[in-house]
Amino acid sequence: MTTVLSIEKLSVDFELGTETVHAVRDVSLDLAEGETLAIVGESGSGKTATALSILQLNPVPPAVYRSGTIRFGAHDLLALPEARLRAIRGNDIAMIFQDPMTSLNPLKKVGRQIGETLQLHRDVSRRDTRSAVVEALAQAGVPRPDERAEQYPHELSGGLRQRAMIAMALVTRPKVLIADEPTTALDVTVQAQILELLVQLQDRHGMAIVLITHDLGVVADVADRIAVMRSGEIVEEQPCEPLFAAPQHEYTRSLLAATPRLAGASEGA
Amino acid sequence: MIELERLRKEFRAPGGRTTLAVDDVSLTVQRSETVVIVGESGSGKTTLTRLLLGLLRPTSGTVRINGVDLATSSGADMKRLRREMQVVFQDPYSSMNPKLRVVDIVAEPLVTHEPKARGRAGRAWREARVDELLSAVGLEPGAARRYPHEFSGGQRQRISIARALALNPSIVVLDEPTSALDVSVQAQVLDLLAALKRELGLTYVFVTHNLAVASQIADRVAVMKDGAVVEIGPAGTLFEQPQHEYTRTLLDAVPVPDPSRSRLRAARSRVAR
Ligand SMILES: Nc1ncnc2c1ncn2[C@@H]1O[C@H](COP(=O)(O)OP(=O)(O)OP(=O)(O)O)[C@@H](O)[C@H]1O
Ligand SMILES: Nc1ncnc2c1ncn2[C@@H]1O[C@H](COP(=O)(O)OP(=O)(O)OP(=O)(O)O)[C@@H](O)[C@H]1O
Ligand SMILES: [Mg+2]
Ligand SMILES: [Mg+2]
Repeated sequence: MTTVLSIEKLSVDFELGTETVHAVRDVSLDLAEGETLAIVGESGSGKTATALSILQLNPVPPAVYRSGTIRFGAHDLLALPEARLRAIRGNDIAMIFQDPMTSLNPLKKVGRQIGETLQLHRDVSRRDTRSAVVEALAQAGVPRPDERAEQYPHELSGGLRQRAMIAMALVTRPKVLIADEPTTALDVTVQAQILELLVQLQDRHGMAIVLITHDLGVVADVADRIAVMRSGEIVEEQPCEPLFAAPQHEYTRSLLAATPRLAGASEGA
Repeated sequence: MIELERLRKEFRAPGGRTTLAVDDVSLTVQRSETVVIVGESGSGKTTLTRLLLGLLRPTSGTVRINGVDLATSSGADMKRLRREMQVVFQDPYSSMNPKLRVVDIVAEPLVTHEPKARGRAGRAWREARVDELLSAVGLEPGAARRYPHEFSGGQRQRISIARALALNPSIVVLDEPTSALDVSVQAQVLDLLAALKRELGLTYVFVTHNLAVASQIADRVAVMKDGAVVEIGPAGTLFEQPQHEYTRTLLDAVPVPDPSRSRLRAARSRVAR
């Protein structure tokens, strides 16, 4: 398999005047075409900071990219100037943010925002844009997509906002999707629908996915490989089945043991 | 403690289109009870919590808290209720003033309602209480001096929980409070909520998409779809013998943390072969 994205020895600090947070410490990860790499781990362990580094989206300052390279094709993304990155963001590499409101503009109707992303990177007519937007919302599981396209983010529920953002990320058919907790605001049936959509895009177009999640059920459904993070470091990395069957690191074992299960819980109560 | 009677909420868009977000919901929550609301995304869960907190006015129907009707309550009653009812919003970041340090965000309800927490004289007491709360939700004391944008998603969620618990409220409404937490921190937070309930008799209205969490903490679970509560009952009964079709669909779709039992994985490898 061809490697599409390769993070090597990445370290990121946040310098907060009085203290320095070593958010990412010497992280290396490879992502192959059509593959899903899941990143799981402790809250605050550097998952989002790692993901945001790929497109240089950590706020500088306080963020400092201490060291490392992020290879994408012929480029080192960490060395690219802003103008070049802008052509890649949302185009070849798209991002679903942990907090939908950071990527949705509160003053613009969601349909317009998704359309603008498409027009920025593709040569499409206004009419085709409109239908692509509605199609993208429908694919992301938004009911009555034509009406929802005409609404502002604050008029949507948490889960509808998340689906609007998913539609925005997928509308350009990116080669790499970085999805940071993409289904936290979705009920399990819509979540299943989104996971199926992602898998379909991988199988048809070879899209590669970095999936950050706390939900080990989601991981078990879609991950090919899993990296476990703690305190800025990857403590374990394995293909999906062996990680669940035989976790090597103590922390991974404790994560699996602490996962609440539906059946067990109701038996215990 | 909480009585919702035939609540309806319509949102009217400028174009004339209306959304019926909450459709004739009646629900009572007893003192010291945990009612968990699960259900379809967009089914009106958040809207229902905003109605019961008095942050939105219902199109029709009544909300009574401790016998006080929110629509006709006096200013003094409302002030007391605002102290007694606290909330963790679904999107915690947007409910925090980005210019305040965490110590002041968590102390906000203390300063508003507790004279001894105010000003210079109240500083030591205030800061001690904030430290205690932050450590209860698994954050380091150093967090108090930082700003909300300097935290991860799950850390912000915990700041929001600490703030909601600051005043020892009697009712806490939590809208997806643990969705950004790893399972160990989530367990810590759920244990904390359970301990407060035992010690202080707190009442919780808890919205979540995580059915395992729901089954673990709920006394009763209400299932919402299209603005209505389609089924409500004790957690054990509801999860073991779901009556409504939609509840069954939901239970059936819960992903299992075991790749060998994943239907999606199985279907995909069939296609690949
Ligand atoms: N803008 C920032 N300024 C300062 N510190 C930050 C900033 N963003 C993140 N941090 C810190 O960096 C560390 C890693 O944060 P990150 O957001 O990557 O965690 P995470 O693994 O995504 O956690 P979660 O699961 O809670 O979202 C945390 O200690 C956090 O407090
Ligand atoms: N301010 C508003 N203006 C217009 N429509 C709104 C507004 N707030 C909510 N709605 C609509 O009301 C319905 C219910 O939304 P609500 O946020 O209560 O859902 P929810 O059950 O909390 O969903 P989720 O699980 O996705 O957070 C949705 O169709 C939503 O778009
Ligand atoms: Mg994060
Ligand atoms: Mg909601």
